[in-house]
Amino acid sequence: MLQLPTMPDRGGPAQPLLIVKDLKKHFPLKGGLFGAGGKVQAVDGIDFEIRKGETLGIVGESGCGKSTASRLIMSLIEPTDGEIIFDGEKVGTSALPLKEYRRQVQMVFQDSYASLNPRLPIEESIAFGPMVHGLNRSRAIPRAHDLLTAVGLAPAQFAHRYPHELSGGQRQRVNIARALALRPRMLILDEPVSALDKSVEAQVLNMLQDLKAQFELTYLFISHDLNVVQHVADRVLVMYLGRVAEVGPVDSIFDAPRHPYTQALLASRPSMDPDQRRTEPPITGDPPNPVNPPSGCRFRTRCKIAEDVCASATPPLAEVAPMHQAACHANVTASGHSLAPREAA
Amino acid sequence: MMTPQTLVRARNLNVKFVSRDATVHAVNGVDFDLAEREVLCILGESGSGKSVTLRAIMGLNPRAKTVMSGELKLCGEDVIAASEARMSALRGRQASMIFQEPMTALDPVFTIGRQIAETIVRHEGVSYKAAMARALELLELVQIPSAKRRLEAYPHELSGGLRQRAMIAIALSCRPKLLLADEPTTALDATVQIQILLLLRRLQQELGMGVIFVTHDLGVAGEIADRIAVMYAGRFVEEGPVRDVMRAPLHPYAQGLLGATVHAGLRGKRLTTIPGAPPDLRDLPTRCAFAPRCPMVENACRSAVPELRGPEPGRAARCIHVAQAAQAA
Repeated sequence: MLQLPTMPDRGGPAQPLLIVKDLKKHFPLKGGLFGAGGKVQAVDGIDFEIRKGETLGIVGESGCGKSTASRLIMSLIEPTDGEIIFDGEKVGTSALPLKEYRRQVQMVFQDSYASLNPRLPIEESIAFGPMVHGLNRSRAIPRAHDLLTAVGLAPAQFAHRYPHELSGGQRQRVNIARALALRPRMLILDEPVSALDKSVEAQVLNMLQDLKAQFELTYLFISHDLNVVQHVADRVLVMYLGRVAEVGPVDSIFDAPRHPYTQALLASRPSMDPDQRRTEPPITGDPPNPVNPPSGCRFRTRCKIAEDVCASATPPLAEVAPMHQAACHANVTASGHSLAPREAA
Repeated sequence: MMTPQTLVRARNLNVKFVSRDATVHAVNGVDFDLAEREVLCILGESGSGKSVTLRAIMGLNPRAKTVMSGELKLCGEDVIAASEARMSALRGRQASMIFQEPMTALDPVFTIGRQIAETIVRHEGVSYKAAMARALELLELVQIPSAKRRLEAYPHELSGGLRQRAMIAIALSCRPKLLLADEPTTALDATVQIQILLLLRRLQQELGMGVIFVTHDLGVAGEIADRIAVMYAGRFVEEGPVRDVMRAPLHPYAQGLLGATVHAGLRGKRLTTIPGAPPDLRDLPTRCAFAPRCPMVENACRSAVPELRGPEPGRAARCIHVAQAAQAA
């Protein structure tokens, strides 16, 4: 089924597939009751890497900027600042023009219905991308059928159907097949199973694991469901109000979270044991409005260990365990926080 | 007065939606009782009939298209025969309901205080001023910070968690005996969901309400339920105390649902899945509705809808593989 060539690995295994450097997106607020000049700091300076072949999970609550980050990486919106480096090349330069980049990075959205053209049979939707990239229709359609088989939908039965004739789980499979049609090296999965029922969610998660091995993919997996992220991710990045709160290997994050927000998020999960029900909410209140975020550490307004230093200085992402970083003054040596490690004599 | 009353009694409840094109059999023979102060969770996937069951109790399914049969009583009153005027008197007083999406359930053009006070004036006939004073108490009861200021707020000025609290305040405004909750935490963030769950649990205990809580999330049910009923294709396929259903479900569908729920300790392993999809309720099968997806299916499963069988008192499942305990003398 290889009629579009796979893109070559340029940087070798040590080169991260994707590097995001100081990425920012501020949406201006026009007019309104309080006049112009405000802005939503949806993503405010995030840095991270995705290694070849891994699954990086991004978790966070609504308004934390995880979807904005995914759209920035996909180049669906222009960043205010920062750069994206794919396999050693800066995106949007002559070495890696946008069209080439987008062949290598594809996206699957949460709303499986809104992301398919309702007037196209699904085989046409899947074949559309390869045709844009120069494949003949006579070759693109059989390829679409191969992909439908790969995602568990029999082409004879499904290829001619329209999106409204499919269930939510089936439509999400079509979206995944379409994302794979250009033979990408990376998939951005933005809440791919959040709208699905549990029994269907498990089917799609299993299939994503199979496809990752079969097509040698790297995943950026965005979800608000911590259990799902724990199941699929190798490393986890926790976002809060446009910034990275904590990032590290999945076991390290789930077994020994170091940021108070990550700890609260993990403690907010239902216990799954009726004899050990939660008794106290780990944190109170809702996430603040990203239009007017708190100064210093953005989590300080809901944090149980907040002190003066948290309002005056932004905590840096500091190493707290191997490969594991957290942005909390309580973890930074001599930060001025009473729980911070003392400076070595 | 002090004897425990049955808040809801359903016997062979059927709800059909009839239109020119098709008849959808949404609820197909549901039996249950809800005692005072009891919390029942109805667990099921989309299209299983859980919300329709809840709306049937409140008489909220569209009258012109809905055909109900069987028996359904709310605090002793026959809901199926009740007129719209009678239902309107029961709503709020005997039972009230909270929904998944507070933004659409609240009226965007009136303040929170006015919406609560209006309900109280309508049902209790007190003055607007007295109703406003009670509205303030209610906002404090649901732990809305700076409650006095929030009385003057419009729904869009509140965060998702506060809106959900305001909706709970409206639902509690006439001190109902029964609270019906239709996925009230599904649209909320994790850290807010747990706050609302704990609030509902506290209010249920303090006010002594019965609650029917509809959810698709087993973890949420585990936090709040006394009993769980698992719904599939418009029927209760399993019912029992929360511990038993969560630890050792009897019905293959409930077992599959537990296996398919992602939780810690499954990393790197394949998730158990339930193959296939639920049946089309326009064409209701006359056999076990789960048979086409069931790993334990036998010929007998395809001959008739299985009866509820109880291996022990308080537990039951619609599966021929479940042992029927001898009737105690």
